[in-house]
Amino acid sequence: MLRLDKRPTPSKFWNYATPVTAVLLTMIAGGILFALLGKNPFEAIKLIFWDPLFSEQFASYSRPQLLVKAGPLILIAVGLSIGFRAGIWNIGAEGQYIIGALCAAGVALAFYPVESWLVFPLMILGGAFGGWLWAMIPAVLKTRFNTNEILVSLLLVYVAEKLLAAAATGFMRNPDGAGFPGSRNLSQYPAAANNEIFVNTGLHWGGVAAFIAVLFTYILLQRHLLGFHVQLAGQAPRAARFAGVAPARLVVLCLGLSGAFAGLAGMFEVAGPARQITIDFNAGYGFTAIIVAFLGRLHPVGIVLAGLLLALTYIGGELAQFMLNLPAAAIQVFQGMLLFFLLALDVLSNYRVRLARQPAKTDAKVELA
Amino acid sequence: MKRRQLLASSAAALGLAATAGTRAALAQSPMKVGFIYVGAVGDFGWNYAHDQARAAAQEHFGSAIETTFVESVPEGPDAERVMTQMALSGAQMIFATSFGYGPALNATAARFPDVAFEHATGYIQEHPNVSLYNARFHEGRAVIGTIAGRMTQTNKIGYIAAFPIAEVLMGINAAYLHAKKVNPDAEMRVVWAFTWGDPALEAAAAEALIDQGCDIIMQHTDSTAPLLVAQDRGALAFGQASDMSSFAPEAHLTAIIDNWAPYYIQRIQAKLDGTWTAGNVWPGLAEGEVLIAPYNDRVPAEVQAEADAMIAAISSGEYNPFTGPLNKQDGSVWLEEGQVADDGMLWGMDFYLEGIEGDIPS
Repeated sequence: MLRLDKRPTPSKFWNYATPVTAVLLTMIAGGILFALLGKNPFEAIKLIFWDPLFSEQFASYSRPQLLVKAGPLILIAVGLSIGFRAGIWNIGAEGQYIIGALCAAGVALAFYPVESWLVFPLMILGGAFGGWLWAMIPAVLKTRFNTNEILVSLLLVYVAEKLLAAAATGFMRNPDGAGFPGSRNLSQYPAAANNEIFVNTGLHWGGVAAFIAVLFTYILLQRHLLGFHVQLAGQAPRAARFAGVAPARLVVLCLGLSGAFAGLAGMFEVAGPARQITIDFNAGYGFTAIIVAFLGRLHPVGIVLAGLLLALTYIGGELAQFMLNLPAAAIQVFQGMLLFFLLALDVLSNYRVRLARQPAKTDAKVELA
Repeated sequence: MKRRQLLASSAAALGLAATAGTRAALAQSPMKVGFIYVGAVGDFGWNYAHDQARAAAQEHFGSAIETTFVESVPEGPDAERVMTQMALSGAQMIFATSFGYGPALNATAARFPDVAFEHATGYIQEHPNVSLYNARFHEGRAVIGTIAGRMTQTNKIGYIAAFPIAEVLMGINAAYLHAKKVNPDAEMRVVWAFTWGDPALEAAAAEALIDQGCDIIMQHTDSTAPLLVAQDRGALAFGQASDMSSFAPEAHLTAIIDNWAPYYIQRIQAKLDGTWTAGNVWPGLAEGEVLIAPYNDRVPAEVQAEADAMIAAISSGEYNPFTGPLNKQDGSVWLEEGQVADDGMLWGMDFYLEGIEGDIPS
């Protein structure tokens, strides 16, 4: 039987070295996978990690795209990380993202075609409000009836998807769209459009919002009493209660904050890169952001790096697909490997693996049969 | 509008880069043609049919072209990025095969004026290098409706529909109308799946329809799941987009095949010849873009003959599946006696025909 003993003081060196090692291991294992599929592994790895950043042909376009793809992931993930630190599990960011986008698009379409500087700020408020509102459902149900916020927030994603489909095919459908589903193209409505702030940087207002959110979260967690309460509630719930932390307030706050961030991400996406409300508007950012949050170890700076890394594998993965005719599934396996190695190495750096003859009497945290 | 100007200048810069790329590609012959699919090529439905056509075009042109594809690309920003990267890699022609790629495709087309963009089932055409193409699937529905009307024992036909849009309603109405024509007792039950492809959901829909007494299942969704359920439950069904008979040899009566290959070959040839111009086409049975798969032996000879006659009549143009008198579900007149639905009327279809029960979700 294998036993994992918690290391009393995990190595500082490995704490920083594991992500790099995980990337290297992924390159090796992924290379073997690509070779088995009959492709040149070096070329494939280069296409995924190097070409989007440095190739003459693609980099000038794909480098800014990294920001476009990573922006919403980071914005949602920092919001989630606050709750995750407090042991409050919002799994439904995808739904809050959808509702945020719907509310923002609703504001824009209500004003269309009025040209006013007020439209965009109102859309931002609408987006944040929509996400917050959708997150308040699991929050209120949890504080009032003690329901499980994981289940409620997750199931509300599917409700949000139905609302989205209804909006795209019904009440938000473009009246000039020949009866096809999908709203008006918001990027062609200047008052509502979320275009690049500086050309060819990929930076739109969503990127700015993500940056502000990261700063905000960093200050909240490191420098503010509330951040201390959040961490305390996650690590020692009983102690937190003695310290005067009201669990209900924390639930409402964490879910509300992460919901508002997700709603904002939806707002910037629908007015910018996505251009309109469509049936399949949500592309999984809300779920991927959960991975980003944990990949970044729930730390704001880590989340920025994790978001950029994941965005890189998406963009590079697409390059590898059409340059080498690799199947999409191979790229997904590759991304899966990256997560696997990261988490596995994390376990190894935090725990010591022991071969045990008899059941251990020590405080073993995890046992593997 | 400073932002606009900056955008325009960046577009010009990207355009220049694209032209340079095209010239380089021309020097070393094979023309690059990119395809982007919204789902996996292994779905044996919509995306599979497009990829079959891509492979057929590659085979037809041999070393004159080099085709590449990216599968499972979500609509929106991801699609725009994939198309842009394809264009940057030297692709001179891009086929985008999902309706929802429209805005992204047009935005990309604006930045790469020398690249020919072909958009399946789209309707947005903002630039001279954007072409639209579609297929008259409802003509195939008229044929399988005839077969279903003849072969149902319970007189209940189930229909798994994707989204309440004109194309899907055309299919439901055409199938119902022609089932009713040969079997006045035929009824149709419609389940709205609100997805283009989700095997678990489609299977559940098929189960529900069979539980309600339907013995024939039609689908406007992409997976083989409804056929597998029909096979298990002893019901009958039709393949979607490709011949799915190998998945359900007993249940599979025939299939409406999307045959994009002739169109792809014709358009790629035009691009190679330098005669490509944007168009907007909607071919069907007559052009061979919609095909009916070989019939199952369970379809009686006289029903096969009747279906063949329907194919011939539609192909020759002597019969239009939507010919009046036809009323809407609420009893109001849609087509007068002898009136034929034109394309505009078809794309405006947002109703059931008279006789179909239930409401269209909105």
